[in-house]
Order: sequence, then structure tokens, then C-alpha cells
Amino acid sequence: MPTKVKKNQRKEERAIFALGNEAVVEGALLAGCSFFAGYPITPSTEIAEIMAERLPGIPEGVFIQMEDEIASLGAVIGASLAGRKSMTATSGPGFSLMQEHIGYASMTETPLVIVNVMRGGPSTGMPTSPAQGDVQQARWGTHGDHPIIVLSASDVQECLDMTVRAFNLSEKYRSPVILLLDEITAHTREKIHIPDRETYEIFSRIKPTMPPEWFVPYEESMRGVPPMPALGDGYRFHVTGLTHDVNGYPTSRPDEVEKLMQRLFRKIDQFFYDIQIVEETACEDAEVAVIAYGCVARSAHLAVLQAREKGIKAGLLKLKTLFPFPRPAVDRIIRQCRTVIVPELNMGQMSREVKRVNDGHSRIRTLNRIDGQIITPAEILKLLQKA
Amino acid sequence: MAEVTQLIHHYLRHNKRFPHVLCPGCGHGIVLGSLVRCVHQLGLSKDEVVLVAGIGCSGRIAVYVDFNTVHTTHGRALTFATGIKMANPKLKVIAVMGDGDALSIGGNHFLHAARRNIGVTALILNNNIYGMTGGQSSSTTAENCYSTTSPYGQQEQSFDIVNLAKAAGAPYVARSTVLHVKLLDRILTTALERPGFNLVEVLTPCHTQFGRKNKFKTNVDMYQWYKKNATPIEALDKLSEAERAKRTPIGIFVEENRPSLEERHAAIKARLTDGAPS
Ligand SMILES: Cc1ncc(C[n+]2csc(CCOP(=O)(O)OP(=O)(O)O)c2C)c(N)n1
Ligand code: SF4
Repeated sequence: MPTKVKKNQRKEERAIFALGNEAVVEGALLAGCSFFAGYPITPSTEIAEIMAERLPGIPEGVFIQMEDEIASLGAVIGASLAGRKSMTATSGPGFSLMQEHIGYASMTETPLVIVNVMRGGPSTGMPTSPAQGDVQQARWGTHGDHPIIVLSASDVQECLDMTVRAFNLSEKYRSPVILLLDEITAHTREKIHIPDRETYEIFSRIKPTMPPEWFVPYEESMRGVPPMPALGDGYRFHVTGLTHDVNGYPTSRPDEVEKLMQRLFRKIDQFFYDIQIVEETACEDAEVAVIAYGCVARSAHLAVLQAREKGIKAGLLKLKTLFPFPRPAVDRIIRQCRTVIVPELNMGQMSREVKRVNDGHSRIRTLNRIDGQIITPAEILKLLQKA
Repeated sequence: MAEVTQLIHHYLRHNKRFPHVLCPGCGHGIVLGSLVRCVHQLGLSKDEVVLVAGIGCSGRIAVYVDFNTVHTTHGRALTFATGIKMANPKLKVIAVMGDGDALSIGGNHFLHAARRNIGVTALILNNNIYGMTGGQSSSTTAENCYSTTSPYGQQEQSFDIVNLAKAAGAPYVARSTVLHVKLLDRILTTALERPGFNLVEVLTPCHTQFGRKNKFKTNVDMYQWYKKNATPIEALDKLSEAERAKRTPIGIFVEENRPSLEERHAAIKARLTDGAPS
């Protein structure tokens, strides 16, 4: 994770004027991504284009444009199984096509990163307008019960930081990680700092160290995250999307199925506090608060500062992890504030989660836009004044 | 015999709960046998072989062999194989698919893998039917054949896998049946040795789902039909046109050389890094 950049390291640090999508690429390369497979779709396309230029120039780097998004995520899973840090980027329609493979990656515990730059929907919707309509799809899009990690970012620097985080979390917990951006964040150009690689803590999957004949691919352990060899490392084992036993072989024995499923959930639950990332602004004494994410959090930030100037004790809880839902942080705000406002560019996909945990503590107000326009600070301020 | 037993012990996973899922008389086991023999004959190590399988009866054979094995999603084996090969070109990547798997749901991936010339041996076990889901028609079910979803006879024309692979640009295209084991071993060995995308289609009987619906009384009748019908391309010329039309040609249809995608990528990398080893 980003640590403070020391003065003498400043020289190595690069400052660039970058698009959100460009910052995603920088973050991915910093994190050690060496494989990208994708299919073009607005507003995510720049990620593929920049990857196509950058990856062939770095050792081991591979870029491949596949025939569709199903193929893209299939290739990404294959590359990850072969030991590479791998990713793809897409937008709503492509994300929908990827769902079966997201389930496969969850079941097989294959680390990978999917960036979904959300556009207006449903269907082909509004390719160049911002929206936050894929929040619940990111959580529940694929079939079956499974845990998942979903992150978001609200400015260009954060695109970089959260991409690094996405890779770290996916490698640490052997889980697919989805980074949800919106068209505004992806297409905003801002000055960002690209710190030296050494200033980041970069996590890579843990490989087995025991002799191959001792290796049990999906063995229970304290961490719940089994070590992961690459194909060809000498640890031959079976990877399958079917429910499997500790050796990786298909099973429907209730005791084995139960163990696998419980472990998949537990490995995420157990490290919840490492995965939950939120950012608070003026929350200490807040009486009213905004809970927001993505580009809306930027409007909310300004609205909260303006409200403070007017003497309203307002605060902002910005969600950077959307799932697992950062309940403890939200709980605290809900208990502290008389009113909580959840503005978002959908019909209430996150406010649904907030209401779910509210339990009558606070008044939850929603503010929803689905017309392809942003939510302005003024709109949020108005609600803060009334709250 | 001892030699065969040793091979079995070396390549099959003893700790996998046998018996296997295939029906008695299914042709898929013969293909698995051929695959093991070819890998053995080529002296490949088990560690360098990655067997990627789709979903279907054919997809299940991956679990029994002691290679690196990946049982993927229905129709997408070639997409996984593409990622694996590009990530580590040193691996010998084999994709095992059913006809429904490779050409119905996975048809698009098949065409593109051939076009890209990705270094994968595509092994299609063509039984002209969906075995695992209970005998529905696939895109290779011949016109007027019966299946659980074509109770009045198949109304659609079927794909010819060899012709599709040729048209898509595969540099090696070959076909055998499970009855022509020597030919099968030969084309599979060649395919495994060659760089680039190599297609091996194997005609394999599924009596359980196809045979019974299409008036083959026994497994053996089906095998006999395969034997009679499949004709080496070299022998086709000697037949009358009417006779030829009834036969399914087997043998090697395309054998060309062009650089594989991973080789082309490596060339660009060398250029970008001034030939410095990366
Ligand atoms: C996305 C998806 N659709 C459908 C299925 C159901 N399904 C499983 S196997 C199969 C057909 C298998 O037929 P084929 O590929 O010809 O292989 P065979 O069983 O004949 O060897 C189907 C349709 C599935 N698993 N996934
Ligand atoms: S259903 Fe057909 S393809 Fe499947 S195992 Fe039985 S005989 Fe083989």
C-alpha cells in the first residue's frame, strides 16, 4: 500500500498528467501485472490501448486482444494459473459477458483484476455517460453463492492506488477483484504522482514450498488461502469449476462441499479489516453525513466542506471497498448521525446496503440520478441543509 | 502387458476415485489412451504438459491424467489455453473438447484460435451429439439424424470441422476415428510436435446418446459403421463419385508452417528491447 514518499525519493517519483484509465495502467504495471487480455468497449478502451503499447516493452509482458469478453477473461484466468498477474478491463455489456468466468475464478481461487468502467445502462445504454449501475452486478452477477472483493476509485490518483490494491488483495486472498470506475473518473485528466515501485508494498501470491508429493492443492489452513503454484512448476494438480475436494477432484460429498464453501467465505471474512477501505472527511463530530463512492464522492466532498462553512456539522464517508460491504465503518456513522444521505448514479444500489444495516438508527435519505448526468455538490448541499 | 500397466501407473491419477464416468464402449477412453501414448513417445515430462478441457463427457477425461489439468467452462477451453500458452510458451498446451463444446458454444473461439495460430493442440472428440446433457443435437449432428432435440430429424446442415479449421487458417488439420488408432497416434504425435495451432478431430462413437436413437442396435454396430465409412484421403480417388460422397475422409488435410502467435510476440519483444534477453 502507498507509504509516505520520503524527500530523497522524490527524484524517482514521476508526476504525469493522466487520464483515470491511464492511471489504472500505471497502477497495474507497478503492481507487477504482466498479462492483459481484453476487448474494446467505451469508456474503458484506453486501458487496453495503453496496455497494448506498454506491455510488449516490459520483460514477460503480454497483451492480447481477444474475440470477446468471455474469451478475454478466460485468457486472463489461464495466464493467472500459469503464474502471471493478469487483468482485463471492460464496461457494462462486456462485464455481463464475463460473469460465468468470474464465478469460475472465485471457485478455483484464481487471482485476477477486472476493471469495469461503468456506463449508463441497461443494455448498450449510454456509452459515454457516467453511471454506477453495476454495483449489485459486481456483487451478485455470477450464479451461486460466493464472496467477492469490489473496489472503487473517485479520482485519478486513486485509480492508480486502487489498482495496486486490487492486485494486492487478489494475490493475497486468491480471489478475483473487481475495480468499479465510472466514466467521469476514467476520463478525467489530472496530475498524479507515480511513486517509485519501492515505495509500494507489492504482494504476490504465496507459492508452495513443500515437495510436490506433499502438496494438497486446496488444503485447510489458518489463513484459509492455499499456496498457489503456477502450471508447470512441478506441482501437478487439477483445477475445476466443479465443487472439489482438497485434492481438487470433483466431489458432491456434503462434508467436502461444505468445507470448501465455508473456507471460500471464511478467507474473506477473516481478513475483513484488511480489505475494508474507507476514507472519512470531517466525520469526528458530524451530525449529518454523506456516504458516497466514485465520482459522486467528489461532489459530496465539496458539498460537505460548503456545509461546514454554513455551520452544518456535516461529514463524508467515502467507500473505497464496496464489497465485502464495509459495515463497521457505516455502522459507526449511522449510529452517530441523525441523517445519512446516500447519493448515487443509480436507483439505489448502495443505499440498499446502507438501509440493510441501518436498523432504525438513522434517517437514510437517497439521491439518485439515472439520466447520464453527474450529481452536483449543490444538489447534495441542498439535502445537507434540510437534513 | 507389463509395459502398458506401467504406463497406466505413470500417467493416471491413482488417487482419483475410479471408476471413471464414461459409459462402457465410449470412444473417449481410446482417445485418452492415444494421448498418453503420444506424450510418452515424445518423451514430454508430465510437468510441461497442460491439458485444458471444456465441459462435456470429453471434458471429464482431464481429471484422470497426471498432467497439469484445467477443467474449464463449456465452450471456452481454447480461451484458457490461449492465456496459458501466451503466459508460458514453454508449456505444451492441449485443449480437449467435445463437438458441442468446441463448435457450438465455442465456435467463435475455435475460429479465432486457428486464425491467431496460437500454439495449442486442439483435440476435438466428435461424437456428433451432446453426450453429457443427454443426447441433444450439436452443430455436427448430421441432417435427418435423431436426437432428443431433433425428434423429427435434424433440420439444420452440420459443420465439417476439418473444413472450418482449414478456412480459419489452421496450419495443421487432421482427422481420424477411434478405430484407426495407428493413424490417430501418428497425427496426434505430429500435432504435439508442431508449433502453432494444430487441429486433430477424432470421430468417436457415443452409443448411449447417438447410437441408440439412430438405429444402431449395439456398440459394435456403431464401431463397424465408423470403420466402413471413414476412408483415408489417399484412397478416396479410387472410389466413384457416388461412393465418395458417402464417405468421411480421414488423414492429414493441411500441413503448413507459419509462425505461431507466441513466436511473433517474442520477435516484437526482442525488437523493442534491442534483442537484449529479457
Ligand atoms: C454455459 C453452459 N451451457 C450449457 C451447459 C450444459 N452442458 C454441459 S455439457 C454440454 C454438452 C456437451 O456436449 P459435447 O461438447 O459435444 O461433449 P460430449 O459430452 O458429447 O463429449 C452442455 C450443453 C454448461 N455446462 N454450460
Ligand atoms: S454419454 Fe456418450 S460420450 Fe458420454 S460417456 Fe457415454 S458414450 Fe461417452
